[in-house]
Amino acid sequence: MSTPRLADIEVGSELPDREHCPDNIQLFFYNAALWNAHRIHFDAPYATEVEGYPGLVIAGPLMGDWLSQCVQEWIGDDGHLAKLSYSNRQAAYIGETLRAGGKVTAVDPNSGRVEVALHVHNAEGENITPGTAVVMLEPASTQYSKGH
Amino acid sequence: MTALLTPELKACIGRQAPPRTEVVTRRDIRKYAISTGTRIRKHLDGDEAPPLYHVALFWDVVELDQLTPDGVSVDTLLPQLPLERAMAGGLEITYHRPIVPGDVLVARRTLTDLYEKSGRSGPLIFYEITLDVRTEEGTPVLEEVTTRILR
Repeated sequence: MSTPRLADIEVGSELPDREHCPDNIQLFFYNAALWNAHRIHFDAPYATEVEGYPGLVIAGPLMGDWLSQCVQEWIGDDGHLAKLSYSNRQAAYIGETLRAGGKVTAVDPNSGRVEVALHVHNAEGENITPGTAVVMLEPASTQYSKGH
Repeated sequence: MTALLTPELKACIGRQAPPRTEVVTRRDIRKYAISTGTRIRKHLDGDEAPPLYHVALFWDVVELDQLTPDGVSVDTLLPQLPLERAMAGGLEITYHRPIVPGDVLVARRTLTDLYEKSGRSGPLIFYEITLDVRTEEGTPVLEEVTTRILR
């Protein structure tokens, strides 16, 4: 995976996006790792008949994690995540295909501070989990002296 | 508009849950990382925790009889509020240093804000909970601020 050099990044640069279609084994593992027993994540009759959802609900923070993965795969070992924010605006269900991605919204070449806007899109293209991140990349001067 | 948040409720701002100390293990990092579908090797191998690993590390480990019939546990940091329907909320995390196996981390949860606004369809209550994670020695690891809206 090629990691970004600060000099090549500009406002509007896109982060590589990735498809996620979790199944109920993954969702079970995720909620077990948390100790989250909320029935809407594993009890299909309860989720649909009692709570009225169309299916098993994908855990909100799991989609937040996909945003962090998108940023971390992009920066590789050339920088670090300084801030991450997200908001779960709409639910998603097992069986859906979702895409996590992002776009650069600000670059400071002197400090190496880069801001990105993040999304999890559903099949309708709606951003169900908008987010933002701040990453710190190596400033240009360091990259230059290292590479030459 | 009559205030929904009484002085007694507003006085809950600043309320803290007892600090929680947890030991970070490679096994737990690996289980979390695998469950998220990550492709990042250092997380899958448990050499370093993914950025949202603290969600799992500090989720309340409640006993079976503390769960409601729908399988959730009640957050005791929040007082009983006059509105209960949760709307979209969000969270913002500031990172100071990565989490690695062997870390002994202390988390402090504080109700840092509680206020109301009038929305188009009626009153809304906002609350903010801050999770402060440090090493046992007090070195900051991360801070997470969660905002929730009730209608």
